[in-house]
Amino acid sequence: MKFDTIIIGGGLTGLVCAISLQKRGQRCAVISAGQSALHFSSGSFDLLNCLPDGQPVTDPVEAFEALAPEHPYHKLGGMFEEYAERAKELLSDCGIGVEGSPRRNHYRYTPMGSLKPTWLTFSEFGIVQSVDEVPEGKVLVTNFAGFLDFNTKFIADALAARGADCRIAILNVPGVDRLRKSPTEMRASNIARTLESEETFQDFVEVLKKTAVGYDTVILPAVFGLKSEGIVLRLSAELPQKVQLLPTMPPSVPGIRTQMTLRRVFEQLGGVYILGDTVQAAVIEGTHVKTLYTANHVDFPFKADHVVLATGHFFSGGLVSDMDSVREPVFGCDVDFISDRSQWYGESPFADHRYFRFGVATGEDFRARRDGVPYDNLYAAGSVLSGADSRTEGSGAGVSMLTALRVADLILSAENPVA
Amino acid sequence: MKLQEKNISENNFEQCIKCTVCTVYCPVVPLNPLYPGPKQAGPDGERLRLKGSDFYDDTLKYCMNCKRCEVACPSNVKIGDIIQHARMEYGRQKPSLRDRVLASTDFMGTMAVPFSPVVNWATSLRPTKAVLDAVMKVDKHREFPNYAKQTFEKWYRKHAEADQDRYLHHLTFFHGCYINYNYPQLGKDFVAVMNALGWGVHLQKGEKCCGVAMISNGLYKKAKKNAQVNVDNFRQSLQENRPVVGCSSTCIFTMRDEYPHVLGIENEEVRNHIDLATRFIYTLLDEGEIQLIFKKDWHRRVAYHTPCHMEKLGWAIYSESLLKLIPGIDFVHLESQCCGIAGTYGFKKENYKVSQGIGAPLFKQIEAAHLDFVSTDCETCKWQIEMSTGVPVKHPVSVLAEALDLEKTYQANNKTR
Repeated sequence: MKFDTIIIGGGLTGLVCAISLQKRGQRCAVISAGQSALHFSSGSFDLLNCLPDGQPVTDPVEAFEALAPEHPYHKLGGMFEEYAERAKELLSDCGIGVEGSPRRNHYRYTPMGSLKPTWLTFSEFGIVQSVDEVPEGKVLVTNFAGFLDFNTKFIADALAARGADCRIAILNVPGVDRLRKSPTEMRASNIARTLESEETFQDFVEVLKKTAVGYDTVILPAVFGLKSEGIVLRLSAELPQKVQLLPTMPPSVPGIRTQMTLRRVFEQLGGVYILGDTVQAAVIEGTHVKTLYTANHVDFPFKADHVVLATGHFFSGGLVSDMDSVREPVFGCDVDFISDRSQWYGESPFADHRYFRFGVATGEDFRARRDGVPYDNLYAAGSVLSGADSRTEGSGAGVSMLTALRVADLILSAENPVA
Repeated sequence: MKLQEKNISENNFEQCIKCTVCTVYCPVVPLNPLYPGPKQAGPDGERLRLKGSDFYDDTLKYCMNCKRCEVACPSNVKIGDIIQHARMEYGRQKPSLRDRVLASTDFMGTMAVPFSPVVNWATSLRPTKAVLDAVMKVDKHREFPNYAKQTFEKWYRKHAEADQDRYLHHLTFFHGCYINYNYPQLGKDFVAVMNALGWGVHLQKGEKCCGVAMISNGLYKKAKKNAQVNVDNFRQSLQENRPVVGCSSTCIFTMRDEYPHVLGIENEEVRNHIDLATRFIYTLLDEGEIQLIFKKDWHRRVAYHTPCHMEKLGWAIYSESLLKLIPGIDFVHLESQCCGIAGTYGFKKENYKVSQGIGAPLFKQIEAAHLDFVSTDCETCKWQIEMSTGVPVKHPVSVLAEALDLEKTYQANNKTR
């Protein structure tokens, strides 16, 4: 089976790249080994929150210049801001509502009630523009009885400490209560699926209406809408209060919705999404990747003019380490890492860990290399790339989406070189 | 350190990082709170069961073995296999008479076909359904698949066998119970299509039921026996250079993957030669070995439903691609979702409500699409969708038989004769 581009990895990077290419007339396939890290989404997309010296970032466009020269943000052809805007546009075009600007970080809530800077947040979530800002008036933090992944006490305490007038209420909704029979399965995604029943949802609205009397703002856990957003709009029609969602512990309902939406859009554009499969072998002629073979399709060949490696970092198996080396397991691409293992980690969990910056080595052309020689049609994008430390920088989603869009552009310009 | 590297457990269970992604895609969890979910029933429970069999939980029977947890798992943990193993190893419940009857598709078929008009009439009657419901705990809402007047094998011996040797290429057809006892027409369609493509279709004497229903109903000994006979048959078929091809995604999945993973029946040398009809045809096409010539006046609006085992195989792409090749098709994409039947699971009274609840979102998609028919590679999905939506369901091979200009296709692929 022949495609213009095959993208290995079906998470945020792979799908953004695939949608961008498919929209512009390419025929693409995405091959994904299991579901992606979007399932653990915080509810926000980070671009750049902090510089390596610990300095917080308010304006990522202004601040990114200070990153080390090998950082992927320096390989975007000088179009960092443009790609950031295009990433937001792509999400909106897919029907994923987000708020934020690359010129100014805002603050999101964590499931513990603390604040963290970020770039884009789902429109239905509560955010603040500064650490002094609190939700309006009398605030009610609500939760479903028995749901342990949303800690109302921590959230209420954190809000109160910043000066909010805050109370907690627990909601008993019959359709949701029956999930408590299996406490370990009382998860955000299950509650969301239960609330898809119109009857259960109406019961919830009635309970909430009664509970929220006398309050100005109602805070709910983000356990609504696996398929589509719009809960806040629906509730605003029924309740006089301002309604905001706050993130839960994983699995993340809005993250899953984002994954499903991006996949649906890609498939509606005619793309092929292959889930639960792994690329196991490749036919390479010189520096050209010709054919891929996967675990499920055994001897059936997948051919493509271009291949994108969007397999993620260690967590999703894009990088693999053994005792003294770090490998890229699909093609054995060159990886930037430190050979002295004692340099890989810092001493405490929150210290600097240099292994976070390990990854596939590329130049500004984002072409993966083998023994120093770049492949002519194999590109790397997202967290498999070397040079970024998504955890301390707060740059995970930004590196994913911006490099994905850049690689899509590079592939298209390789197809149609300007004369 | 070396110890850790080499200590790889069965079914990758220690690779589970507790990310909970599997529970998001389990069709049973939101509908049946008694089921502890794939993470708890699988790797989490396994850790405890390894300490002592008392930790085994009978609620593992609520798992449908759809394997959607495995498809979703980013860490390649064989969650479904862990659960199946636990049921085999620790399950104390003996299969009931009902479970034995549902599992014995082969035996029931042999018994029913000679009396099919009476059997079909009787099982469609309300009083019969009421008795089955009350006594056997087979849900009364279910419609039973009809039995055929004549088995496929009998038809084949009489009408097709003599003609098969004259083709250039040859394959072994694994027809399975459904084609043989319930719906020989699909087998006839397969023979017609493959002949037109230049392939002779041969049956093996002593084909046994693949055993999937036996596995899910706890008849493991019988399933192993069948598996061994089939694998031995396939070895012989390969010696004659004949790949084994079947139409049912579940039979094919079971024989490729459940035989070694669940039943412990070694099939390594034959595994990659056990193929699904649509994959087999599409591969020939992709290699430029065959030509398909379609009728000009055939127009239908069709959606493809991905059965769970097809999702696990990852092969829906072949069936969908074949269907999309038909010029007169208006193809509708359905999101891959479980239909809720899971073989014999949905027939059981205690599962009926959950089964229909699981399928509801799929039925909605199908009803909203205004289709001429749905196409799918699984027979039990077909029963479930037809019963629940009223929309007819056809196997992709039957669709090809209908949409192809068989005569012209035959001429194009049998030129050297």
